Amino acid sequence: MNKLNAKIPDGPLAEKWTRHKASLKLVNPANRKKLDIIVVGTGLAGSGAASTLGELGYNVKVFCYQDTPRRAHSVAAQGGINAAKNYKNDGDSVFRLFYDMMKGGDYRAREANVYRAAEVSNLVIDHYTAIGVPFARDYGGLIDNRSFGGVQVSRTFYAKGQTGQQCLLGGYSALTRQIQAGTVTMYSRRELLDIVVVEGRARGIIARNLITGEIERHAAHAVVLATGGYGTIYYLSTLAVNSNGSAAWKAYKKGALFANPSFIQIHPTSIPVLNEFQSKLTLMSESLRNDGRVWVPKEKGDKRNPNDIPEEDRDYYLERRYPAFGNLVPRDVASRAAKERCDAGYGVGDTGLSVYLDFRDAIQKQGAKAIENKYGNLFEMYEKITGESPYNTPMRIYPAGHYTMGGLWVDYNLMTTIPGLFAIGESNFSDHGANRLGASSLMQCAGDGYFIIPYTIADYLSNQIKVARFDTKRPEFEEAANNVKGRIDKLLAVNGKETVTSFHKRLGKIMWDYCGMYRNEEGLKKALTLIKELEEEFWKNVKVPGSIEGVNQELEKACRVADYFEMAKLLCTDALNRKESCGAHFREESQTDTGEAKRIDSEFAYVAAWEYNGPDKEPTLHKEPLTFEYVKLQERSYT
Amino acid sequence: MKLKLKIWRQKDAKSKGKFETYYLDSVSPEMSFLEMLDYLNSQLILKGEDPIAFEHDCREGICGSCGLYINGRPHGLKGKTTTCELHLRDFKDGCTIVVEPWRAASFPVIKDLMVDRHAFEKIMQAGGFISTNAGAAQDANAIPVAKPNADEAFDAASCIGCGACVAACKNSSAMLFIAAKVSQLALLPQGRIEAKERVKRMVAKMDELGFGGCTNTRACEAECPKGISISHIARLNREYYAAKFSD
Ligand SMILES: Cc1cc2nc3c(=O)[nH]c(=O)nc-3n(C[C@H](O)[C@H](O)[C@H](O)COP(=O)(O)OP(=O)(O)OC[C@H]3O[C@@H](n4cnc5c(N)ncnc54)[C@H](O)[C@@H]3O)c2cc1C
Ligand code: SF4
Ligand code: FES
Repeated sequence: MNKLNAKIPDGPLAEKWTRHKASLKLVNPANRKKLDIIVVGTGLAGSGAASTLGELGYNVKVFCYQDTPRRAHSVAAQGGINAAKNYKNDGDSVFRLFYDMMKGGDYRAREANVYRAAEVSNLVIDHYTAIGVPFARDYGGLIDNRSFGGVQVSRTFYAKGQTGQQCLLGGYSALTRQIQAGTVTMYSRRELLDIVVVEGRARGIIARNLITGEIERHAAHAVVLATGGYGTIYYLSTLAVNSNGSAAWKAYKKGALFANPSFIQIHPTSIPVLNEFQSKLTLMSESLRNDGRVWVPKEKGDKRNPNDIPEEDRDYYLERRYPAFGNLVPRDVASRAAKERCDAGYGVGDTGLSVYLDFRDAIQKQGAKAIENKYGNLFEMYEKITGESPYNTPMRIYPAGHYTMGGLWVDYNLMTTIPGLFAIGESNFSDHGANRLGASSLMQCAGDGYFIIPYTIADYLSNQIKVARFDTKRPEFEEAANNVKGRIDKLLAVNGKETVTSFHKRLGKIMWDYCGMYRNEEGLKKALTLIKELEEEFWKNVKVPGSIEGVNQELEKACRVADYFEMAKLLCTDALNRKESCGAHFREESQTDTGEAKRIDSEFAYVAAWEYNGPDKEPTLHKEPLTFEYVKLQERSYT
Repeated sequence: MKLKLKIWRQKDAKSKGKFETYYLDSVSPEMSFLEMLDYLNSQLILKGEDPIAFEHDCREGICGSCGLYINGRPHGLKGKTTTCELHLRDFKDGCTIVVEPWRAASFPVIKDLMVDRHAFEKIMQAGGFISTNAGAAQDANAIPVAKPNADEAFDAASCIGCGACVAACKNSSAMLFIAAKVSQLALLPQGRIEAKERVKRMVAKMDELGFGGCTNTRACEAECPKGISISHIARLNREYYAAKFSD
């Protein structure tokens, strides 16, 4: 089991990171420019890592598939970013943030990593403020905070409903400064299609130039993946439509272990599906639940206009079931409760697959202006999509695939099981256990990028100084590039009768039905069969037009969807293995009398890390046991 | 509903492009504009034709990828809306929709409806940042910022870098885009220190890259999907002349 040495430092929780930093080796400033680092991804994690490593003097190459790093999907985060500043004097602390994340993650994360994420959160806010991120302020000119997603302190920093955009543009501007300075070279419109391993270490990547179609080879002393989440495996999700799991998946196939792949958060407040051609689901930030009240009619099939349904005919089911937390219960709880009501026939809208999120009372109490100040842009967004104004009529919402807690397994240094290959941000598995607390992802992504990876990568690189730059003509690069071309040729050669998107939709439906909010053994087994069948059909009947050369957006999609077929099987295998319910992973076989998730700590208090064994072989499960010294495992209770 | 589409097709940067006409007979008003293009593309693919290349990612108006010239206006006729936020219910049944890429010398066409906006990157690299390294910052609340300034900085910072302002301008000026960044950073005490250098460098870069000058036609403001106000251009001008005079 020595494949999984998490390398957690000794010592008391609050001192681990400080002690560890003191023990990490450094790279002399004069040597840094001899060391090449590839960073794939320019979200909060990637832009943070790249600019900081550039500032330190390393020679950095950054990749993203968009035309500019400023469009990475972090741009879409709405609600906010957490930090343990305790600016509100309401009893917050690093320890409390740590505790909330552990509890929110249903005790399936590592204490040491989570504590560190909470610890560096304050530095993140300081840095973003210093580089010009316009966080919301109060009338005294100081930064304002709000409460977010099921916690009882106000520790969320925000910039209207565009926090991700503002943080990302801050990170992007720091990145452009390094591009100008020449420490960072930007390779936009590139898609990673393989990782190159030389003598057991990650030494480069193969990327397709999305304009010329050229299959490029890039070498480096170390590779950092910051490629985000794989929620688009459901086809419909809150992610940007080009988001993909391919980078992490290629790493897995090259030997990096993949941890807890089935842990996917379903967000409770997305705009519901409105038409059969729908290509994505738009999130309505959960900050809305601070003021909006969730309800459905008490009477099944009540078709009255919501404004005509009197108070006594409304079922504010979250407030009813969870009086202590009400509308602010965690995401998984809110999502399942919405599905429960809809499945029982109380859902609203044409499809019956939505519930109301109502601002009537908040507007009455605080005035429309106050509500506009807080949520103006979200209300506008909602109106653009649905044609209805939330000022006058309740929003309709429904759960949607949103965030992947699972990801590449990393040790305390954020290194995968391939030496020299690091994973940061949403692409790793490390900090959110089985469920992520709202506003903690931006915090973790930025923390990883600015304040963790620069230290830990130096330790790895400290003995690589004498390693000369790699020639990309080496056989390892040759082989990887040929494999990539071979796969592309194979996709183009099928020349069948069904579009990539159509296959993606069908795969997404299988995943949503059997590996979504509710899972059970029979369903997961069925899903495995269905996925295999559909995958075979894909390789026989997909139609990918055009050639490898030049712009070919269908080919881009085809590469991603082909990977998703493989990944979907691992998700189901993982969900099948974990016979307990925890966080977002709800196994119907494991629930309490009141229908809440039931963990089985005696059997499942571990990280499930999967090892690839070849195309038609079952993966091997490695278990990293989780031990808890500082938190007391409790049944999560929000009643 | 039924639509007649006239769409600009261009094989690559070197080829000459032309309009092609397509007909859709049964699309739903609930579809977004880009979903309509997806649908058209799926038909083209199955017929063995080359699908239309266009850019998009978030499909919720925040990433700035999408940007189409629709019926003679960037992002269409609705105002304060990105292309991806348009829905077919915003159009009349049976109407003709003309779809083109951004037209500006500094944004060359790559293929069909895709253009190269790399010039914006160059402008940002010229000075659109605050020179503070990670780890060097003081506590975030050490420097208060008056709320009105913070709010105005936020409004400026909400630019999504789509390029509609350039496409809308008869001079293809990038003034609104630059002004948004200059103004955001000039309004914050953290950004004041480099304010003079920043504005000079960004404006010089814009001129060098062949964007036109601003002649106050306000087309940019009218077409900006994020409602960035030209008052930021006024601030940019003040900053610019103050910087020049102090040279
Ligand atoms: C709608 C929405 C709202 C959210 N709101 C919040 C919030 O309020 N607070 C919060 O904390 N979290 C929020 N989250 C979660 C959070 O935004 C993400 O977890 C986080 O931004 C991920 O950042 P990242 O840096 O890991 O990756 P991303 O920002 O997703 O960036 C991924 C990068 O990798 C690149 N990339 C991906 N694949 C490849 C490839 N194959 N080749 C080359 N490049 C590639 C992309 O180009 C991109 O640059 C939200 C998420 C969504 C979807
Ligand atoms: S100023 Fe407006 S139109 Fe111009 S790039 Fe920014 S968001 Fe687009
Ligand atoms: S696709 Fe992101 S703004 Fe339109």
